[in-house]
Amino acid sequence: MENIVTQIQGVPLNHYIIFCSIIFAIGVTGVLIRRNVIIIMMSIELMLNAVNLLLAAFSAYRGDPTGQVFVFFIMALAAAEVAVGLAIIIMVYRNTKSVDIESLSKLRW
Amino acid sequence: MSLFYFVAFVAIFFALMTIFTKNPVHSVLYLVVTFFTLTVHYILLNAQFLAVVNFIVYMGAIMVLFLFVLMLLNLNGDTEPMKSNLVKIMGVIAGMCLFATLLGALRVIEPSHEIVTGNTDIGLVKHLGNVLFNEFLLPFEISAILLLIAMIGAVLLAKKEVKEIKKA
Repeated sequence: MENIVTQIQGVPLNHYIIFCSIIFAIGVTGVLIRRNVIIIMMSIELMLNAVNLLLAAFSAYRGDPTGQVFVFFIMALAAAEVAVGLAIIIMVYRNTKSVDIESLSKLRW
Repeated sequence: MSLFYFVAFVAIFFALMTIFTKNPVHSVLYLVVTFFTLTVHYILLNAQFLAVVNFIVYMGAIMVLFLFVLMLLNLNGDTEPMKSNLVKIMGVIAGMCLFATLLGALRVIEPSHEIVTGNTDIGLVKHLGNVLFNEFLLPFEISAILLLIAMIGAVLLAKKEVKEIKKA
């Protein structure tokens, strides 16, 4: 246990922020460059996880458990979001026979 | 300390693989590895409850759901039409711009370097349970209702409509 604590104290908080920013930026890039709806949702999960890790890091560094409770709520929310989102994707696939995001462009009109 | 940098590097590598792999199934598997590295990060932060929940909920439930939908829709090939290279490059540049903006904001803020480790075992189940069921009891119950509604919505959306079956 002490070993873990010393390991935390070796890493500056800045590096956690930079790491989570990189993961978040990768998630945004994934949303922008892919056309498969499922992969876009996976990129959103990546972004959610980056935020989760940053909240947990702040919580551990400040000695305040509220941040970790927030991460717990975000995880519950993500589970709900994924269930509904994948159900919508199945509906779209049933109607258009593709998971291409461009097939949803007629929703504009 | 060096373990953090190694795991962070692995996480970034597999996150990049997730968004750049053509085959969706490989993409899901890389994402599972990414989530596993994030679980290791939680353990390094001594947030053991979150590590276990991340392991079970994200790697276990959510990723299996993704894989299940991929197999259900039979997308196991390189069937996805890719975006044009111009759009891809612009997307990557936009992501880099976001990262640069975040870094610039970080330089301005200058978060304090001192480490407050008043209570290092806040991530244990006992402490988190105390907080969760005292201060956050109402949000906890509301999230239970949210999950119920999400379940009903998912079943309603994914169910086949009766009329279509009769027509076919």
